[in-house]
Amino acid sequence: MFPVCAVDALPDGEAIRILAHVPIAVFNADGSYYAIDDTCTHQDASLADGWVDDCRVECPLHASNFDLRTGLPDGPPAKRPVRTYPVTVDAGMIYVDIGRGEAAA
Amino acid sequence: MKRVAVVGASLAGLRAAEALRAKGYDGNLLIIGAEPHRPYDRPPLSKGFLLGTTRAEDLALAEPAEELGLNGDWRLGVRAQRLDTRAGALTLSDGRTEAVDGVVIATGGRPRTLPGTEGITGVVTLRGLDDAVALRAQLATEPEHVVVIGAGFLGAEVAASARTLGREVTVVEAMPVPLAGAVGPYLGGICGQLHGDHGVRLILGHGVAGLDTVIEPGRRQVCAVRLDDGRALPAELVVVAVGMRPSTGWLAGSGLAVDDGVRTDAGWVTALPNVVAVGDVARHRCGGKFVRHEHWTSAAKAPATAVANLLAGRHLGHCAGGGYFWSDQYGVRIQFAGSVAPTDDVRVIEGAPEDRAFLATCHRDGVTTGVLAMNMARAFTRARRTLAVTATEEDQRCPTCSPSPDCSSTEPGATPREASAIGSSIPSTSA
Repeated sequence: MFPVCAVDALPDGEAIRILAHVPIAVFNADGSYYAIDDTCTHQDASLADGWVDDCRVECPLHASNFDLRTGLPDGPPAKRPVRTYPVTVDAGMIYVDIGRGEAAA
Repeated sequence: MKRVAVVGASLAGLRAAEALRAKGYDGNLLIIGAEPHRPYDRPPLSKGFLLGTTRAEDLALAEPAEELGLNGDWRLGVRAQRLDTRAGALTLSDGRTEAVDGVVIATGGRPRTLPGTEGITGVVTLRGLDDAVALRAQLATEPEHVVVIGAGFLGAEVAASARTLGREVTVVEAMPVPLAGAVGPYLGGICGQLHGDHGVRLILGHGVAGLDTVIEPGRRQVCAVRLDDGRALPAELVVVAVGMRPSTGWLAGSGLAVDDGVRTDAGWVTALPNVVAVGDVARHRCGGKFVRHEHWTSAAKAPATAVANLLAGRHLGHCAGGGYFWSDQYGVRIQFAGSVAPTDDVRVIEGAPEDRAFLATCHRDGVTTGVLAMNMARAFTRARRTLAVTATEEDQRCPTCSPSPDCSSTEPGATPREASAIGSSIPSTSA
């Protein structure tokens, strides 16, 4: 379990980047927490810098949207999904299970 | 519409083909590409591809299955040579003539060159994959001096890549400030400083008078770039990055208005309702002017609107052309959205230009018109959102198009419509 930050440090609509084996972006979307690979599958851009809206994040470089629940892009230019990671909250802290990244088919 | 030709198989052409199918067009779909390659992404060619961090196979714009799903009749390595709009006949370089009743013009363009430098070894331009392969091979020979002519985004990115590869690089720019047209003089000046930060010499305000060459067995090799003040810059490799010319030669005699690009209305429709133009080749009506938006975002976005109008045969909608572009140079990411005029008030609102990490906004008559960031993607994303709201309102106020269902016939300078549609004389394709 990788500790991310206190829940208070990640308000709604915000994201934080953690450096695990790969960079991972952790989001608060309407009070729910999600973790996905931080690097866009299209070109080098940090999804933690993107715009969060309705359980999706828009890549800050080319505007592909990734579903925070599945990691799937909604359209070009990204073609491949990012991996998703389980997130838990314990005693006011957010944790990411960085060993259980899953890629949608 | 039963047979649509998409002429051009790069980003704009591919997006147009995808949009046609997505909007339910189930007729014959010809996709014609002058290059032998499947659709690929050009922006990495001046960056990761030159550095060797991006491979040719990474550039594909669509997965093979997605391309198959288009059910297109692909003609790659084939050029369009003539479009007869009255007969609905498209003549190709392989000798075939195809009957079509709808055309998407997406032929892009070719780089401008320096007159009189044709055939000189060591002088290259960069537009397509083959150009990038050739430039990469030239850089691999480790030329002692590289001169890049033109300090626009392409020239700056090539200079940065060559420098990263360890070459000694000089950039020559005829204008007193680089990128002034794109991001304004103040921000252009800051972008220009990136060259000096990384040991690249930037010479501003000087044109190129000619190239000096040495005659070697079987070839003329460049050895220096001569400036308009007589100075000679040693150069074994010269990259000419002074803009592009739209590829419109094949439209001569088509009756379409061609004038530094194919003129379209705000909905990307030409004077003929079943011919649209998108990407770098389109000269799009934008706020009373005709503008070519030479940006990836425009090529990616406009085809959906253009194709909707094409299939409807009338002006259903329009979309702005410019909007957003980015550039990666020396590890610095530059992003810009909106527009800027030389007289705009520019304010740095976060970070500092000297740190090469800042966000700036442009203001005109109390309205925020543009936003630029260096290495500040998150703040840029948010600022751009605010701007997008303003831009949408601007679109809705567009005096050319809003009240009229079809504004193409009211375009000043557009060719009067001679037929209701191309190919209307072909019985099988008449609606």
